[in-house]
Amino acid sequence: MPVLEAHELVKHYGSVEALRGADFTVNAGEVVALIGDNGAGKSTLVKCLSGVEQPDSGQILFEGAPIRLESPVAARRLGIETVYQDLAVAPELDPAANLFLGREVRRSGLLGKLGMLDKAEMRRRATAEFARLGVTLQRIDVPIGSLSGGQRQSVAVARSVVWASKVVFMDEPTAALGVVQRERVLDVIRRVRDEGMAVVLISHNMPEVLAVADRVEVLRLGRRVARFTAAEATLADLVGAMTGALTQEETR
Amino acid sequence: MTAEEEVVNGGAIEKPTLGARLLGANTFWIGLVLIALCVVFGVLEPTAFLTLFTVQTLLIETAVLLVLSVGMTFVIITGGIDLSVGSVLIFSGMVSAKAMEWVSGGSSTNAGWGVILFGLVVAIVAGTAWGILNGLLIAAAKIPPLIVTLGTLGAALGAASLLNNGSDIRTLPSTMRTTIGYGTSFGYVPNLVIVAVVLTLIGAWLLHTTVFGRHTFAVGSNAEAARRSGIGVTRHLTSIYTLTGALAGVAGFMSLAYFGSTTISAHSTDNLNAIAAVVMGGTSLFGGVGTVLGTVIGVFIPAVLKKGFNIIHVQDFWQMIAVGAVLIAAVWFDQQRRRSRNR
Ligand SMILES: Nc1ncnc2c1ncn2[C@@H]1O[C@H](COP(=O)(O)OP(=O)(O)O)[C@@H](O)[C@H]1O
Ligand SMILES: [Mg+2]
Repeated sequence: MPVLEAHELVKHYGSVEALRGADFTVNAGEVVALIGDNGAGKSTLVKCLSGVEQPDSGQILFEGAPIRLESPVAARRLGIETVYQDLAVAPELDPAANLFLGREVRRSGLLGKLGMLDKAEMRRRATAEFARLGVTLQRIDVPIGSLSGGQRQSVAVARSVVWASKVVFMDEPTAALGVVQRERVLDVIRRVRDEGMAVVLISHNMPEVLAVADRVEVLRLGRRVARFTAAEATLADLVGAMTGALTQEETR
Repeated sequence: MTAEEEVVNGGAIEKPTLGARLLGANTFWIGLVLIALCVVFGVLEPTAFLTLFTVQTLLIETAVLLVLSVGMTFVIITGGIDLSVGSVLIFSGMVSAKAMEWVSGGSSTNAGWGVILFGLVVAIVAGTAWGILNGLLIAAAKIPPLIVTLGTLGAALGAASLLNNGSDIRTLPSTMRTTIGYGTSFGYVPNLVIVAVVLTLIGAWLLHTTVFGRHTFAVGSNAEAARRSGIGVTRHLTSIYTLTGALAGVAGFMSLAYFGSTTISAHSTDNLNAIAAVVMGGTSLFGGVGTVLGTVIGVFIPAVLKKGFNIIHVQDFWQMIAVGAVLIAAVWFDQQRRRSRNR
């Protein structure tokens, strides 16, 4: 059964129709690549499915049941985490603070009730998680804005997989990465998948898509136009579907 | 190096030395400026500058501004601004003085502690009310803070003037003046200063060690990221302006006790002085960065300059010029730091 499904999602930004009846499906324990040309509506679809934006119409099903994602918090409560294309990190805060943003660990006892942070515990856990996920940082107490683009992206990826239990959306998580960091993120994606979670990867890098994805869904002009099993798809199929030369799903 | 080795290194993340952290901190440099000023004036006029009396008056005169500036630190860290603090201070003092007169049935000069505490509560409530109004207009109605607080700056001052037909109230409980206003504890320490120090310490604790403080930095650093992380940004911003209003209420009461008058015309530049202190102390006008310690230093730099210039018989006006220059330099450094970081 699909863990998350979208049916006929429509989303307008003013007069721009970013989604025009988009469908989408992702199953537990699989990596789905969501591909499409710039402006196809990929980021908008991810925002609708992670509670950041609310679709104007259409239906979202979580484990078969219709849901409304009122806010990012609602999605997070269901175990859905997202690496946004703009990363959505607080550049002035350090990596550990960003990892625990909105989920701060408090001290035990009265001090915790007063709202005091357990900074040492958060730093310790952050260091352990970064090591586990292969995120290399020279220093853990500098503002994340002073790190390289790749390191920032790695921290954002780590933040999503640390907290997710069902679905992880990654909107171009490898765009700013070097070769080694990119391989590490792809490793993390496979590992998360093997733990039984669903991963939705948005990427413009077709070899990367074919290497890591189990399935591919193609978005064009705000609609899903094709679905492939990665093992059976060729580069030409994907490019054809993105540009409109090839259409599988009939237009309504 | 293989990926495996790098991962191992990644696990052992170094912490920088204390020295390196100090040199990188804005607070450290602005603190040096303050110490240098004290040394210079101390060497020039040791008998006049380094006296108990000078230090006491210096501390008393900065106490009210310090309380306002602690609230302002939170506001500016969120990337906002509060121009209304001086007017809210006056309004709170006026309402408090009126309330104390009212429960005393006329002049409150001989009133006891019950009336004084009532006056304090009224001042805090009055300040809090303006703070809530600021907060709701800024966070919920999404009107820019500069405009909202420019509006409430005028409105609070106008309302305060209306309450007593534009004149000051000069009859206040004498007990309040002699104890809170210019009384001392432990022999030397002015009570007004103790109030300011306690509030500053609470502010520093709240900002630097609690979830509330962490969310304040997050909202100022990237409000959208904070929202997506599940932080109630609207609610948080509202509570910060409310806190600042409440502190302005306390400051209003402190000012009442110190001057023995509502001083309608005496606080028109408090807002700018508080903003200058906060910004000089290394808090970024762009949000996301700041410390209460820096604000304390930023409050004392103009105060020490003024005292020192008085003592060495340099005209006050030079202090205004010097503070203006330091302020602009502080913002310039902040901008450079941001530019070099956001390569
Ligand atoms: N916040 C927004 N306001 C206005 N238009 C938007 C906004 N976000 C996206 N769009 C528009 O919606 C369309 C789809 O954008 P997006 O989902 O970002 O595409 P993709 O991620 O596939 O490149 C584009 O035409 C884009 O300009
Ligand atoms: Mg996009």
